[in-house]
Amino acid sequence: MTTSSHQSAPEGARSAPLTARRPRGTKVRRQRVKAAWLFLTPMLVALTLVAGWPLFRTFFLSFTDASLTNLSAANLIGIENYLVYEDGRWFGVLADPIWWRSVWNTVYFSVVSVSLEVIFGVIVALILNAEFKGRTIVRAAVLIPWAIPTIVSAQMWAWMLNDQFGIINHMLMGIGVIDDPIAWTASATYSMWAVIMVDVWKTIPFVALLVLAALQMLPKDCYEAAEVDGIHPVRVFFKVTLPLITPALMVAVIFRLLDALRVFDVIYVLTSNSTSTMSMSVYARQQLVEFQDVGYGSAASTLLFLIIALATVAYLYVGRKQLQLGGDS
Amino acid sequence: MTTRQLGKIAKRVGFWALVALIMVYAVFPFYYAVITSFKPSSDLFRIELWPSTWDVSNYVQILTEASFLRAILNSIVVSISVVFIALLLGITASYALGRVRFRGRSTVLLIILGVSMFPQVAVLSGLFEVIRTLNLYNNPAALILSYTIFTLPFTVWVLTTFMKQLPMELEEAAIMDGATPWITITKVFLPLMWPAMATTGLLAFIAAWNEFLFALTFTLSDTQRTVPVAIALLSGGSAHELPWGPIMAASVVVTVPLVVLMIIFQRRIVSGLTAGAVKG
Repeated sequence: MTTSSHQSAPEGARSAPLTARRPRGTKVRRQRVKAAWLFLTPMLVALTLVAGWPLFRTFFLSFTDASLTNLSAANLIGIENYLVYEDGRWFGVLADPIWWRSVWNTVYFSVVSVSLEVIFGVIVALILNAEFKGRTIVRAAVLIPWAIPTIVSAQMWAWMLNDQFGIINHMLMGIGVIDDPIAWTASATYSMWAVIMVDVWKTIPFVALLVLAALQMLPKDCYEAAEVDGIHPVRVFFKVTLPLITPALMVAVIFRLLDALRVFDVIYVLTSNSTSTMSMSVYARQQLVEFQDVGYGSAASTLLFLIIALATVAYLYVGRKQLQLGGDS
Repeated sequence: MTTRQLGKIAKRVGFWALVALIMVYAVFPFYYAVITSFKPSSDLFRIELWPSTWDVSNYVQILTEASFLRAILNSIVVSISVVFIALLLGITASYALGRVRFRGRSTVLLIILGVSMFPQVAVLSGLFEVIRTLNLYNNPAALILSYTIFTLPFTVWVLTTFMKQLPMELEEAAIMDGATPWITITKVFLPLMWPAMATTGLLAFIAAWNEFLFALTFTLSDTQRTVPVAIALLSGGSAHELPWGPIMAASVVVTVPLVVLMIIFQRRIVSGLTAGAVKG
């Protein structure tokens, strides 16, 4: 842990604590380790207060009948919030078709929007990677959607997608794609696509930036070699560029997937609590706050947490090469 | 003209068409919000790409509304406090994680990474209880506290990667001179960390400024809300038609500072985002 192979400098030349030979050596080193823990304590306390403890309490509350108005008077009721058989019928989150609908909605939303974002993000990154006049301006313009608060982008798109006065229906009717205006945010068929449209618009910049950073680190010489050999650029992209930027793409995909699986703002503002777009987060919050059923809402939250944790573990297992803990070998 | 030349021209035209398409796609929704916000309410439902009459009444209406001004003030106070707390706790923690090797370092990093992946809803009821216990419900201070859940892990993570890149000789010299770790941080590293802190601070500010779920759940009255909640809950006199003019004006008011920051600090933001993701 303390002796790293790439820093095998001669003894004495580098007596820095980072390369100290003995694990529990000098006074300076002991002082530093003590200071390190001292410095970490405030952060760890803060994270315990806002993350660790609340997470534990959410787990706990999911096994109680707590209500929002009286959190302290909660009784343990076992797994009844999850699943219970009563009077010949099943009750609980796991028996609620609306929950399963929201799970499906969330997964559908995540898969479709992340795929679209990756495809368009790569295209935008390839364009921005080319040398052309005004590249900085284009890059700044591309970043704008990312800087706009999600709530604001949802409202902006809600206005553009307005069924009667929205410019999108107006344009689509103008070019003859549709004959009648579409109720984008209200109809069961189109509202999910409206949500995806807004999310894709907002997050392409993020994916494009990550991919662009990876593109700019690629070695120039293999491209020159490919050009000399007269290989078609599309072939070069799939055979050279894509494999080389895959690690960066993996990172972008996991960041985006984790974000998409907990989606709330866009859906809440654009389509409110409609079941045709309801995500797991919207479902859990509705139970918790609007129906005041903390126990039931916590059960849904816990399930959401487990699903995301499971997805993360599965993803990291598949692409475990990509995980480097801050360069720590 | 040979076919090769023709092909070259076609390629150029195609490239610039694509650039133009990307520009329009990225900018148009915001542009449309801006022109909508400058329309008088009588023109609101006339679809046009350039307003025939310019009018600031939407802005007057929004900026004379006490609750909206209060929301802006709340957002500023919350975001700045969140940035300050995240940087303060982040810089010391990142010194420990980036410069000192100790047992449990990887575990701490793993915990931080784990927390940054938390779905916010998963802690909602537990956090609600904490906030009630601390008597902070319907108080912007509740938001300052709860926003640490997403700003702190991110800040620590990025600052740690920056801290690691600083030359070791600096620290050695400080140790030789008998400086304690605290002196080393404040006198040696802090001056060098300003660019990184500006980047992470900016990103934390944007995240806090945009947050919606906690703000919606932990505040109740108009005077305690932040801007995103105020905009989401703007509704006019009639239940059927939303006041689109004022909504767009409010949206522009809260977005323009962000877009300006974005354009000025473009490079910094890009480096911060990629340091957080690619190197992490």
